[in-house]
Amino acid sequence: MSTEALIQVIASGLLMGLIYALIAVGLSLIFGLMDVVNFAHGEFLMVAMYATFGLWLVSGIDPVLLAPAVTALLFVMGALVYLGIVRYAMRAKANIGMVQIFATFGLAILIQGLSQYFFTPDYRSISNTWLGGHTLNVFGVYLPWPQIYGGVISVLVFGGLYLLMSRTDFGRALEATREDQGAVALVGIDRNRVFALGWGLGAALVGIAGAVLAIFYYIHPQVGATFALIAYVTVALGGFGSVFGALVAGVIVGLVEALTAVILPSSLKAVGVYALYLGVVFVRPSGLFGRL
Amino acid sequence: MTSAVLPNSVLANENAFASRRRNQLIIAGLIFAAVAALPRFVTDVYMQNVLILTLMFAALSQSWNILGGYCGQISLGHALYFGVGAYATTVLFVKYGVSPWFGMLAGGAMSAVLALALGWPCFRLKGHYFSIATIVIAEIGLLLVHNWDYLGGALGIQWPFGPDNWATLQFARDKIPYFYFALGLFIVTWLVTYFIEESRWGYWWRAVKDNPEAAASLGVTVFESKMAAAAISAFFTAIGGAFYAAFVAYIDPESVMAFRFSLLMALPAVLGGIGTLWGPAVGAAILIPITEITRSYAGGGGSGLDLIIYGTLIMVVALAKPEGILSIFRRSAKSENAS
Repeated sequence: MSTEALIQVIASGLLMGLIYALIAVGLSLIFGLMDVVNFAHGEFLMVAMYATFGLWLVSGIDPVLLAPAVTALLFVMGALVYLGIVRYAMRAKANIGMVQIFATFGLAILIQGLSQYFFTPDYRSISNTWLGGHTLNVFGVYLPWPQIYGGVISVLVFGGLYLLMSRTDFGRALEATREDQGAVALVGIDRNRVFALGWGLGAALVGIAGAVLAIFYYIHPQVGATFALIAYVTVALGGFGSVFGALVAGVIVGLVEALTAVILPSSLKAVGVYALYLGVVFVRPSGLFGRL
Repeated sequence: MTSAVLPNSVLANENAFASRRRNQLIIAGLIFAAVAALPRFVTDVYMQNVLILTLMFAALSQSWNILGGYCGQISLGHALYFGVGAYATTVLFVKYGVSPWFGMLAGGAMSAVLALALGWPCFRLKGHYFSIATIVIAEIGLLLVHNWDYLGGALGIQWPFGPDNWATLQFARDKIPYFYFALGLFIVTWLVTYFIEESRWGYWWRAVKDNPEAAASLGVTVFESKMAAAAISAFFTAIGGAFYAAFVAYIDPESVMAFRFSLLMALPAVLGGIGTLWGPAVGAAILIPITEITRSYAGGGGSGLDLIIYGTLIMVVALAKPEGILSIFRRSAKSENAS
């Protein structure tokens, strides 16, 4: 394999890895905040992709400009899912871990059904966009513009998230709530409100990822499941709850996936990622940066 | 005085316990007999099919319940063991002419060994980390089988047509023998659970589930307990997979190893009452007919209505009855005693 081809593989893997990190970080954030794994996370992504598709179909506005609206929509959806479902799941007196798993699993299946009902199981794609189909040629390495856009957005979002967590009252309230849920009530922080905002934020983050992904990926009711497993692996690899871990793990996952596809048939490219994940958690059960 | 009273009360308790256990067996026997009579009344082939699948998933969920319910290790990767059973039986029968009865046991043994090999690293993981690892491992298995030509790859393997015969477990004309096989499998898994429940393993598993650290400090060998539960659970899951392969007579990776099988094995137990003797059966009796019937009537044309009903049901039960549907009866029994 030539050096150029290798650089090509690494560059593509890196960009996809940044997008994986963006998909996964919301999941990690919610877990870090309240120890809940959202098994409908992939379906949140799917909703964001359909929302982008639907808005584009109706308005004809380019997906790049639709991203803020999709993000806002997902924020509302995340907060509503917390207030309408997860809040009650956390009150369960028995089998609380199980209730959370199956309440969010049920939600995932419900969302799949709804999207199939409204959009049919057909594969959809957005065509004639500013970025779609264009590539950037950097010294013989071809990089598709949608992936470059995704990578840049991901870096900007992680930067913004860092500022949000460290510089704002909301970020501090989030951090305080994850440290000690009981104590924050004493200083006048409404736990439910922080959780609802946290779910909104987590969903908004995957909403941005969906708006990016919709530009270059087929949209169908099962698309969430494709990315969900990668997101769980990314989060578990980086360590549940760690934002920085999600970024590092996302990039690793993207690179390993791209390199595996060179060695093995591309239908097996996920095996490299899964094997790496298992190797890491067997040595470090709480992932690379986990705080179990 | 007290020394004379104490053994008596303990004895009385033990007698009450033994008679309750005996009563449970008698009730179970009556229920099994009633179910065995069902094919006399259900003559519609479609409904017979639903009954067979219900019994099969009751048996599978009963097996899952041993590890997930009693021992508290939520596996979402049992499709792997189901697939090993299905493939072992099919390959041995189709390629080498080995009887499915033997293939079934071979698949069960392979699964049990596999569960031990996987349990060794996986049981160090806790909570969600464990569940996600099981999903990932099952997914690796699915991908490997997909690309494994010896196992038919993505195309799968078709069972040859043969005469209806108990020796080869092939019944093309009449599905009733499959009904009795599935019922038999369920009874076996029920009995295994029944006897293990009050054995040393049963107590250890519940201790491990409730608090592994406390269990370890009381001398429970936590790791060995989990391994035993995993091996028993995997063995019977594989037998279920072998049965399914014979029943549908054609298998491919998606039809026996897809993630939805892992979910369908866990859900009945969760729905009915996790870690209870009858939970998986009650859950399967509700869930599987709903799944099958909505799929054939509301799922036609891929409208998604079946998924909407199914997803809502799972969510509502998880939120409204966290201890499962059986807990309704338990509560009413308690209040009767009180009144």
